[in-house]
Amino acid sequence: MSETHEGVHRHPAPTGFIRKYIFSLDHKVIGIQYIILALAAVLVGMIMSLLMRLQLSWPGTNWPILETFFPTGAPGGLMTPEFYLSLVTMHGTIMVFFVLTTAPQGGFGNYFLPIQIGAEDMAFPVLNMMSFWVTFLGFLVILFAIVVEGNQSIGQWFAALGPSFVGGSGTVGPIGGWTGYAPLSALGKVAGPGQGAGMNFWVISIAIFCVGSLLGALNFITTLLNMRTKGMSLMRMPLTCWAWFTTAVLALLSFPVLLGGGILLLLDRIAGTSFFIPGGLYVSGLLSGSNPNFPLHTGGSPILWQHLFWFFGHPEVYIAILPGMGATSHILSTFARKPIFGYRAMVFAIFAIGLLGFFVWGHHMFISGMSPYSAVAFSILTLSIGVPSAVKTFNWLGTLWGARIRFTTAMLFALGFVSLFVAGGISGLILGQSSLDLAMHDTYIVTGHFHLVMGVASIFGMFAALYFWFPKMFGRFLGEGLGKFHFWITFIGVYCIFMPMHIMGIAGMPRRYSQFTEYEFLKGLHPLVVFVSVAAIITIATQFVFYFNVIWSIFKGKKAGDNPWEATTLEWNTTTPPPHDNFAGILPTVYRGPYEFAVPGAPKDFIMQAEADAEVPGGNGHNGHKH
Amino acid sequence: MLRYQAVMATMVTSTKTVTKKGAGSGAKFPGPNGKKPGGNGWHGDDGSKRKFSPARYRITMWVVLAAIIMMFAALSGVYIMSTHGEQRIAMPHMFFASTGIIIISSWTLTRAKRSLQFEQSRRYVSWLLVTLVLGLAFLTSQLIGWRELKDAGVYFAGQPHSSFFYFFTAVHGAHLIGGIILLVFLLVRSKTNILKPETEKRNTWTAVVALYWHAMGAIWVWLFLLLLLLK
Repeated sequence: MSETHEGVHRHPAPTGFIRKYIFSLDHKVIGIQYIILALAAVLVGMIMSLLMRLQLSWPGTNWPILETFFPTGAPGGLMTPEFYLSLVTMHGTIMVFFVLTTAPQGGFGNYFLPIQIGAEDMAFPVLNMMSFWVTFLGFLVILFAIVVEGNQSIGQWFAALGPSFVGGSGTVGPIGGWTGYAPLSALGKVAGPGQGAGMNFWVISIAIFCVGSLLGALNFITTLLNMRTKGMSLMRMPLTCWAWFTTAVLALLSFPVLLGGGILLLLDRIAGTSFFIPGGLYVSGLLSGSNPNFPLHTGGSPILWQHLFWFFGHPEVYIAILPGMGATSHILSTFARKPIFGYRAMVFAIFAIGLLGFFVWGHHMFISGMSPYSAVAFSILTLSIGVPSAVKTFNWLGTLWGARIRFTTAMLFALGFVSLFVAGGISGLILGQSSLDLAMHDTYIVTGHFHLVMGVASIFGMFAALYFWFPKMFGRFLGEGLGKFHFWITFIGVYCIFMPMHIMGIAGMPRRYSQFTEYEFLKGLHPLVVFVSVAAIITIATQFVFYFNVIWSIFKGKKAGDNPWEATTLEWNTTTPPPHDNFAGILPTVYRGPYEFAVPGAPKDFIMQAEADAEVPGGNGHNGHKH
Repeated sequence: MLRYQAVMATMVTSTKTVTKKGAGSGAKFPGPNGKKPGGNGWHGDDGSKRKFSPARYRITMWVVLAAIIMMFAALSGVYIMSTHGEQRIAMPHMFFASTGIIIISSWTLTRAKRSLQFEQSRRYVSWLLVTLVLGLAFLTSQLIGWRELKDAGVYFAGQPHSSFFYFFTAVHGAHLIGGIILLVFLLVRSKTNILKPETEKRNTWTAVVALYWHAMGAIWVWLFLLLLLLK
């Protein structure tokens, strides 16, 4: 409410460097800031996955450089199991929160949602700026969580907050997994290495991130409902906007639950409450209440944390992938030069996925000892998500059917998204059945499944979006030659990494273990583990080609015009890059649906949304107009 | 297009209040290839981008409330699912009083809103002040309730049931402080800019703040009943 009200859109173009590029109110700058944050975070998460792969495939090898950076995590250059678990935790946390949640929604959504609906900015630009900086603060805190235990002097920085905030014990970062399961995550130092001060900062970082996401979601919903330009009815919006809107609704309804749970967990850790801690707990050789380091706890339930976490955690999966689905639909239609097949069905499928996403959290908890009757209910609801997902896949294929496809890099990544979404989704039908999941839950098949469908598919959606919109954002193409190299190596690479994990999982290889050499029945799988690691190293190396391509293209890329892809939506109506208020003072008027390609009788093979009928001779036979 | 620009140009300098076209999910469109694009019901048919939009604030408040209600729903879920042990905790007497206070404050804020609709600005200010005082009284009574709990040997640390007495009141109180800040904002706005034609803004903001305040009242009544009846 403390926004400056009527004046929000009169904010003039800023002139100083700080107002223009750092504390900017411009949704386009904020969007790019989110993308930069995601590019930085994904680098951290990717290096962590590299370290994990090195450990898994060549255990016992001495890596002197590791000892330089992590003297306690890797004494003598050998990675400790705790250090490995800490890598698992921080890789998951950073990737899910600071990459998969920031770039698709905060990044591309922020930049393109207002332009695509014909608005001059977000509804509340100050909130928008705060949402980015709060998220950035969360990122700093999560990085701090890694180092707080390692160094004596850093460990004292927040000692004033209480004894549980004192770090520097020489152990490694948080090891609770990205899910931070109670009760171990709720107990503090007594639970062992990696559960001390770093875990406090992990919880605090998640809570901060929740606040930032809520501010963003609020802005997205209000902007979309309130600020569409003349003629932009809901059913004329590009599918990207539908995806961002649904994502914002999911974030709005799921992050408060995680925030509430996070506060309770933090209170358990620092204020002596027992929300998630049952009575009579025996941990690290101590009984609750028998020792001053382990005060008496009673009455709480650790399963409750799982319920709260997964009530957020499952919608979070869709928060990560829905924007990718939107971008894929948009890009497939543009480069197939055909209207999207079944626009309305696509909109309803997005909503159906979002809605069902709220009723399936229990499928993450089949092995928590839940009643088999609940498990069946969760199982049926989970499998029913296959229906809208299949509708989407069918419509993507329908869009491609008989098309003269333009194989740009953006298109390749969008096709890759469809491929990965199907390949990753199929194993969801296996894991969604409680009877099968009981056996497979803690194995690598789960790792393979969610990395393909939630991780890599979402990332491919983002790659497609970046290659597609880069010319609009920076006025230059993102190098197509390097882009295609990047696509093919990454596409083949991720299949080589994650497909073998399905086989390992069925063979019984447990996830989260730092070493498998001790297990006789897994020895035969070791060549496969090495193969996955080699594929991962090659794929990761290729991403540096991508980083180079981005930086090189911003300055030296081929120049792009206002509408280089011959696309139809409003962002291609304005200049490249768009002016401060997006449309130089004159909001466009929308006359038609978003995907009017190959209209019979029209002079060109595309009609832009803002082209008036008078400007389109013979434009009588559009598709998809049923308003 | 030219006509559109001309309308825009007049709108920028105009100070007249523009009547809002209502806030449905969008007006009907002409058929395919309709001659006129028509408004979508949100942005107004004149395409003005600089006028005050009451719908924006109403939507935002509903969205904020949706998030807040989700959080309290989750916390209530934890409370309902927790095991409540042997300790019988008597509801502090002050919590009965605070429940009454917050219900009355909702009524006084409604009075303020009504006064505004009849353009009785002095009454509006008085009812706002009464609501503000009741809000502060509510917070005070909650704090006294904490003392009662403490005297009865119910502490924050311990089993979930006793923790929740403090936790619910604290989280709800934090949100109510937000409501008090909004009331102060309304009071400040009622003093300044009195000559400007901002009736619509004042009506909108009062309605939005009232919505928040009623929601906070309803949430407290829910939490109170939960603590009272489910032991």
